Amino acid sequence: MELVCPAGNLPSLKAAVDNGADAVYIGFRDDTNARHFAGLNFNDKQLEEGLRYARDHKVRVFVAINTFTQPRGWQRWAAAVDRGADLGVDALILADMGVLDYAAQRHPQLGLHLSVQGSATNLAAIRFMHRHFGIRRVVVPRVLSIAQVAHVIAESPVSVEIFGFGSLCVMVEGRCILSSYATGQSPNTYGACSPAAHVEWRDTPDGQETRLGGVLIERRGRDEPAGYPTICKGRYEVEGDIRYAIEQPTSLNTLDLLPQIMAAGVAAIKLEGRQRSTRYVSEVTRVWREAIDSCTRNPAAFRPEADWMDALARVSEGTQTTIGPYERTWH
Amino acid sequence: MSSDALQPTGQRPRLSLGPILYYWPHEQVLDFYAEILETPVEVVYLGETICSKRRLMRPEDWWELAERIASSGREPVISTLALIESEGELKTLERQCADQRFLIEANDLAALDFLEGRPFVAGTSINLYNQRTLAFLAARGLKRWVLPVELGRETAMDLIRTRPAGVECEVFAFGRLPLAYSARCFTAFNNGQGKDQCEFRCGEHPDGLLISTQEHQAFLALNGIQTQSAATHDLLPVLSELGPLGVDLVRISPQSQHTAIVMRTFAACLTGDIAIAEGQATLRGLVPTGLVDGYWSSVAGISSSKPI
Repeated sequence: MELVCPAGNLPSLKAAVDNGADAVYIGFRDDTNARHFAGLNFNDKQLEEGLRYARDHKVRVFVAINTFTQPRGWQRWAAAVDRGADLGVDALILADMGVLDYAAQRHPQLGLHLSVQGSATNLAAIRFMHRHFGIRRVVVPRVLSIAQVAHVIAESPVSVEIFGFGSLCVMVEGRCILSSYATGQSPNTYGACSPAAHVEWRDTPDGQETRLGGVLIERRGRDEPAGYPTICKGRYEVEGDIRYAIEQPTSLNTLDLLPQIMAAGVAAIKLEGRQRSTRYVSEVTRVWREAIDSCTRNPAAFRPEADWMDALARVSEGTQTTIGPYERTWH
Repeated sequence: MSSDALQPTGQRPRLSLGPILYYWPHEQVLDFYAEILETPVEVVYLGETICSKRRLMRPEDWWELAERIASSGREPVISTLALIESEGELKTLERQCADQRFLIEANDLAALDFLEGRPFVAGTSINLYNQRTLAFLAARGLKRWVLPVELGRETAMDLIRTRPAGVECEVFAFGRLPLAYSARCFTAFNNGQGKDQCEFRCGEHPDGLLISTQEHQAFLALNGIQTQSAATHDLLPVLSELGPLGVDLVRISPQSQHTAIVMRTFAACLTGDIAIAEGQATLRGLVPTGLVDGYWSSVAGISSSKPI
């Protein structure tokens, strides 16, 4: 099983490579990828150096071009695909059917992965994408239970990658526009959920408030930790109660499930977090490398080690982690 | 921009009714359609699009209703599930798509697989954002697409300008906005239950479960696995620009109350029988959680242009 690690910049890419990634995924420095954050991602010089470093260590490089372009942006997305092809990266991670069609026609030799943003949650969707665009891998949205993942893998014409760790999208990726409802910008159109320019933190006598596009999405006590400010993890009033009406500020950690994940035939496990620090990338890559190696050696005896879990907990957003939708009770 | 800048086509958009997104009792569903067929609606989408567990209306009931709608001279379209996860859901979808009597609306990529090669509609949750996706799907049988709701006037105009011949554009013009889908049922979650033990509590919320911010701003409506806006998206203020833009259909999304009045109001504004300002005043009186239209101007969907 391949370990696919996030790299938001060159130091993180090197950290992922040094700590045992089999592949890294990166983005260009614009809204063609779903981590379009200020100061993040690669310019040409960094790309060259990063590619060289990865290749020298036999680590594969994937480039995410996984947002949706509108007609006026078309040239930029097409140019990003061409650039990825020219660089000779191992795969492009795409979501938009138009961009997939372009890449498949223009660069038939190029490896294409269907991004999690491409929203393929079932076999028929995967079949359709494979038939028309020749995708070699699908990253499935965080929707399916592990039993459903296994079922998809059994029949899928392409290899299946899942998210194993990191921030948890509660909604089907590629089909959530909560962010643009409050800000005008969504992962699909802008490449970021809750863009920083629209986030406001404020200390008030009632507690610390978080606003997104002016909408109050959270008000918490001074001692409560603040997670990434998404609408889906805010606290609201429902029938007179104040509560997390959609999801608590948890993040995903599937380390406990690793034997089942491997038994299901998952081809690759992806760690989320291109926007996170180099230290985060080092730690999560190191722990997951050790865990995968340990589980490969002896799946029956596999238990997550306490220091792995501690290391992951230290870099997790918020205080809680969850197995999320892979476990049916989450649904 | 003003509609004067556009090439007038003289075309008047037709009115459509979106699928019922909520879980209403069988009788209420039938009464709803009986009432709506008394209005000038021309295209009626119907079927369960949110949750495969909702079976008060069985697939055959929807088909029977579709036949009745067709015999009344309107065009029925069978809408399909927006999020397909299980094998059972795939099988149901495949059966629906195999029936050739009426046009089918695809709401999950899976439906594209089953519908390829025959005429179909792409619903709001199919990510059709650009001309290449439009051309690609048109080559596979797309006859009509509903503009994804976060896209606005500018992109609608660009897409319509380059659309393949014979492909129609429909715009979601009135209703709570579909904003997200999840594996989790939020109605069940807010009752402390999982989806498998949901007890069909969504039936208690005929327009979704309202959630408000901690300063009492009505914000979202939870409808099973779907999250909607609490406010009602309303394009009546820009109705006169839609025809000249080339929009073929204007969609009204069902609410449990007043949908027929909304339909008649849009119809009367389209024909010019009443002024838009007058129609807008009527609509404002029908929606307790407010009207928004920001997406059409490519700004936050929750914002609204100045009231007419």
